[in-house]
Amino acid sequence: MTLMQKFLGATATLALSAGAALAEPALIFDLGGKFDKSFNEAAFNGAQRWAEETGESFREIELQSEAQREQALRRFAEAGSNPIIMTGFAFGDALGQVAGDYPDTDFVIIDMVVDAPNVRSVVFNEHEGSYLVGMMAAMASENDTVGFIGGMDIPLIRKFACGYAQGVKAVNPDANVVANMTGTTPAAWNDPVKGSELTKAQISQGADVVYAAAGGTGVGVLQTAADENILSIGVDSNQNYLHPGKVLTSMLKRVDNAVYQAMKDGPGMEKGFNVMGLANGGVGYAMDENNAELVNAEMQAMVDEAAAKIASGEITVHDYMSDDSCPVLSF
Amino acid sequence: MDFLALIDLSVLDSTVRLATPLLLACLAGLFSERAGIFDIGLEGKMLAAAFFSAAVAAITGSVWLGLLAGIAASLALSGLHGLASITFRGNQLISGVAINFLAAGLTVLIAQDWFSQGGRTPSLFGGGRFEGITLPFAETLRAVPFFGPLYYELISGHSILVYVAFAMVPGTWWILFRTRFGLRLRAVGENPAAVDTAGVSVVGLRFAAVGICGILCGIAGAYLATGLQAGFVKDMTAGRGFIALAALIFAKWRPWHALWATLLFGYLQAIALRPDIIEGALGFQVQVQLLDALPYILTVVILAGFVGKAIPPRAGGAPYVKER
Repeated sequence: MTLMQKFLGATATLALSAGAALAEPALIFDLGGKFDKSFNEAAFNGAQRWAEETGESFREIELQSEAQREQALRRFAEAGSNPIIMTGFAFGDALGQVAGDYPDTDFVIIDMVVDAPNVRSVVFNEHEGSYLVGMMAAMASENDTVGFIGGMDIPLIRKFACGYAQGVKAVNPDANVVANMTGTTPAAWNDPVKGSELTKAQISQGADVVYAAAGGTGVGVLQTAADENILSIGVDSNQNYLHPGKVLTSMLKRVDNAVYQAMKDGPGMEKGFNVMGLANGGVGYAMDENNAELVNAEMQAMVDEAAAKIASGEITVHDYMSDDSCPVLSF
Repeated sequence: MDFLALIDLSVLDSTVRLATPLLLACLAGLFSERAGIFDIGLEGKMLAAAFFSAAVAAITGSVWLGLLAGIAASLALSGLHGLASITFRGNQLISGVAINFLAAGLTVLIAQDWFSQGGRTPSLFGGGRFEGITLPFAETLRAVPFFGPLYYELISGHSILVYVAFAMVPGTWWILFRTRFGLRLRAVGENPAAVDTAGVSVVGLRFAAVGICGILCGIAGAYLATGLQAGFVKDMTAGRGFIALAALIFAKWRPWHALWATLLFGYLQAIALRPDIIEGALGFQVQVQLLDALPYILTVVILAGFVGKAIPPRAGGAPYVKER
């Protein structure tokens, strides 16, 4: 019995000291996977940048199923990781349950608001960035018809679609916006075949610029757009390089900046509501050598002007999630 | 109401593309189940084939080597299914489920190890993809009214695997109903003891059927990754193996019916992509979710015996025990 107690005591001390030593940040990727060339990959890049700059390390996990959310959160919190960063709206419920049990651990959730004293909620004004790429789409379109392909049909993706449609209408009030969602289950994030068919369906309706906000499904959209010789718009990360000369631009959502900032701030960071918009560089559009020929100076000047006006509050872009409706697009 | 608007050429074109993997998987299941081996591992085999065809095509630059690799991967999983359910007389459903899980996990793991792109393969280009082939006279006949555009848009311009899939329908019918092998194969699914009494190897026939199933699933997976797409993305089969199973029941385990069933299911998927056409034709909106669910609803209706009766091969699902 005494031997057993000694063992138990020894393991407990070991666990405690290990826990203290492991006060490193943790990053949890959503079901799309770490290398989705999009949202989660941006988070990873931010963490990687922090690790390279500071020489420290972080812990990470890629979720495989819905059931793992709470488990992963608790395991990192038990192991003493701090702060714990998670990417994705779907963590909302799990974090709401877990946060209270670990008052000394800081949590950062991206794309969702969780009201707890130890949580920083980072949300992006995707509608503002989508507005800008919508303007570019309308200027690049020759048929006055542009397309939008969303992944899973959730309010967040409708927010993208709504901002995009507003940008299109701002440039060309007569333009037609064709919007489709891939599906209503998480499988909609990983169905490039359906993404391809949706793109072809939109092309037959006259669309010649297609904006994909669909995770892995977007790979199929961009591929088909390039094959069929129309333009596409990437999302979240800079996807211009995937098909040089065929991707008009990418709507950047600087998840990397949010993750980098959270890791830099470390334990004891400022909590609460954190909005990343055009004003503070949270969203934007991508320009590099791959799309330089597609975007002329006039186009860029117009978009930059609109960006400045949105940042200063002169133009307000309607946020779908504020009232679950969109003035220019019906779903 | 303008029902003719529902028959849009671009929708039919999309139907052919979406129905092809379903058709191949459905015929694969047909061979296997006609021989008495239930196979719910179609999904997993397609997924494995999709990955290996894309991976090998990406490495070698040859889509034909990719196709062979895809078929080989699918055959390997078929062999596993055969070993578990024929040789060791295990439960066929459990073996099928295991294959689905195995393929879902292994493909991502190997892809990550080989390419480090997070469970996907690099994008294929040039000779690494199946391009659409233009059939003879497609350009010249295009001007002919009605038939010309139909031939040019709908029939011509698909990848070679599409034509292979459609040719497999009469092929399957001929093998199953006009050859000695086919007769024995069907018999082994109905009454294996009788086949055994006649001195024909039950195990051999069943392995042959499972092997053909593997080859067809391999072609289906390769078509997804190298014909429709330019690379593999994790879980890219997205439930097509299960829709194919539903189509198999819907078709009551018959080859020609399988063609109509998969075309119908493909059409439902294709028309779901064009809510504007549905609204224009019917005058009201139909929920996309309803269209997505229709294949399963129709299958349940058939299974419930409302429209004819779906009777599976009698010895299906039961391992054959030679002596007691």
